[in-house]
Amino acid sequence: MISLPPHAGPLERIWHYVFLLICVLVFGFLIAPLLVILPLSFNAEPYFTFTEGMLSLDPEAYSLRWYEALFDTNPNRENKWLEAIPNSLWIAACSTLLATALGTLAALGLSRSEMPFRNLIMGLLISPMIVPLIITAAGIFFFYARLNEYAELTGSFIGIVLAHTVLGTPFVVITVTATLIGFDQSLVRAGLMCGATPTRVFFKVVLPLILPGVISGALFAFVTSFDEIVVVLFVGSVEYQTIPRQMWAGIREEISPIILAVATLLICVSTLLMIAVEVLRRYNERQRGVTPG
Amino acid sequence: MAEIAGSAQGMAAITTADGRPLAVALRHAERVKRWKAFFLVLPLLLFLGVTFLYPIALMLFRSVENPVVADNLPRTLAALESWDGEDLPDEAVFAALAADLGEARENKTFGRLATRVNQELSGTRTMIMRTARRVARFEAPFKEAVTAAHPRWSQLETWAAIARLGDRYTPIQYLAAMDLGYDVQGNIVAQPESRQIYRNLFLRTFWMSLVVTLACLVLGYPIAYLLASLQARYANLLMILVLLPFWTSLLVRTTSWIVLLQTQGVLNDLLVWLGIIGDDQRFQMIFNAQGTVVAMTQILLPFMILPLYSVMKTIPQSYMRAAQSLGAPRFYAYWRVYVPNTLPGIGAGCLLVFILAIGYYITPALVGGEDGQMISNLIAFHMQKSLNWSLAAALGGILLAGVIALYWLYNRLVGVERLKLG
Repeated sequence: MISLPPHAGPLERIWHYVFLLICVLVFGFLIAPLLVILPLSFNAEPYFTFTEGMLSLDPEAYSLRWYEALFDTNPNRENKWLEAIPNSLWIAACSTLLATALGTLAALGLSRSEMPFRNLIMGLLISPMIVPLIITAAGIFFFYARLNEYAELTGSFIGIVLAHTVLGTPFVVITVTATLIGFDQSLVRAGLMCGATPTRVFFKVVLPLILPGVISGALFAFVTSFDEIVVVLFVGSVEYQTIPRQMWAGIREEISPIILAVATLLICVSTLLMIAVEVLRRYNERQRGVTPG
Repeated sequence: MAEIAGSAQGMAAITTADGRPLAVALRHAERVKRWKAFFLVLPLLLFLGVTFLYPIALMLFRSVENPVVADNLPRTLAALESWDGEDLPDEAVFAALAADLGEARENKTFGRLATRVNQELSGTRTMIMRTARRVARFEAPFKEAVTAAHPRWSQLETWAAIARLGDRYTPIQYLAAMDLGYDVQGNIVAQPESRQIYRNLFLRTFWMSLVVTLACLVLGYPIAYLLASLQARYANLLMILVLLPFWTSLLVRTTSWIVLLQTQGVLNDLLVWLGIIGDDQRFQMIFNAQGTVVAMTQILLPFMILPLYSVMKTIPQSYMRAAQSLGAPRFYAYWRVYVPNTLPGIGAGCLLVFILAIGYYITPALVGGEDGQMISNLIAFHMQKSLNWSLAAALGGILLAGVIALYWLYNRLVGVERLKLG
């Protein structure tokens, strides 16, 4: 359909090439901002733009200085990035675990045909993705402020993990329910008839089959938490740094091109995660006998 | 189910092995199944109830809650009940005020009182602070003593404001969020032009989101069409170009737009190098509304392309061939047959992008400059800088109402279970 039929008139020919040009431009618009970051992070000068030397491909103009600064372990110099990386990873890992467990259970219930008020409950479970982050963040801020008499959640690890779990669950619910659409419920009945307990059926029959969807959902939840900044700005604390919070401060104060180095690493991480999810999706489709599309 | 029950009752003889009527047993089994399904969802429902719904309810409650004046001036408010609003209140009210302020001074809460009254009627902060500091030395008649402490106590406006703020629950913040307020007589009137901010900001948020949505549609439609009509192998490869920005951190993408568009940035350098503009004529392309729209369009574009693509995939190619073989020119067939078939995708994509756009905070905050700020940014300002939390909550309440209405529409038209990620 996209190829030009041999009988196409000149007008159609022109339109065909204009169309392809438009597509190339839009793809450029989507991807160019990411591509620009990569070489600039190797800039030897503290600028956010290409220097003369970089354009003439002078090896002197390129350096790893921003990456070295990022991973600078010299105890005499304060390096907040190095603190932020493990914090972010831990928060993301814990909230992913929670979100995946809660979301998978809920998705199992939602995909049963007997589920009462299915549409309403599904809408409710997805809503953390839809409600503006600033509202969620403000609400959680008030909530933690009220709880502070009993438990100091503001600025704490647990406080941020709980908030990020809220934001991550919709992704798990969506991906796991999508995987369960093609799930053959008679397999569960077969397992039960063979004498397995429901828990055993879940771990031996259901989970291996829906695992690709669960992992995709977990990866989405991980990225959501790993990139999250608004909630951290409201309920985090200055002492408890995360990578996005460091970046936010870096962009606002324009300190150094270290953020370009961080951005490059983050782009690499997201590329890997994206590939992982795509592979899982195709594996899942093959397994279910759906032609990959 | 009802039919089975009816016929079972009609025959009345059919029972299960343990002797119960079949209809009853079936109903029981159905109920057990429903509860089992519900119990699986329950943990997440409870979790979201506590850490998501309750906090939002708390925020909405705060937008109508107004305890400061009622807590600090209980006697004054009680004495003011019989006040006609025509002349200055009588001596009893002033005596009550002196007593209340004395107590507020002892409890050290008069600062909050002053702040709250000042939010409603600017310039009254010093009035309350000064009077509260001197109140211990006041002697009857209190009317003279209080009005001598600050002349604004002898203005009707001041007393009207205090009487109004005495209500423990009030829509006053919602009025403020729509640039409305009360006049001395208690009528709802528009704020003076110079103090109107919020209505314009809501309009601007709406307008910018609309522009972003339309830009996404115009840019996303050809891409989705291309992906849907290519062979799966190539389409999957190109899909990576759409999904990669989708997976990349929001902050990274915003950073890259700053790098590209700032006055000393890549694009301006390129234009200068090409000789299109002089070095002193660099464009201001970011830190304004246009820059915000451009960055937000790129960030939200995948949310338009994905639903469009999944709808376009399901349109059989034979439709177009049929239209053309019936004599329609290619463009006409495209416009009359293909495009109407993609309307569900257009609706889904536009609603989703619009919903996400009106709540945007990060991108406008970083690249919005003066005229690219949106409503979320003002909520953040009132939460973190001006500390007027009630007003922030009211602005949030209005934004939330808009988003919920759009989400409801999305659920009706598209169905939330059709939401796909990649």
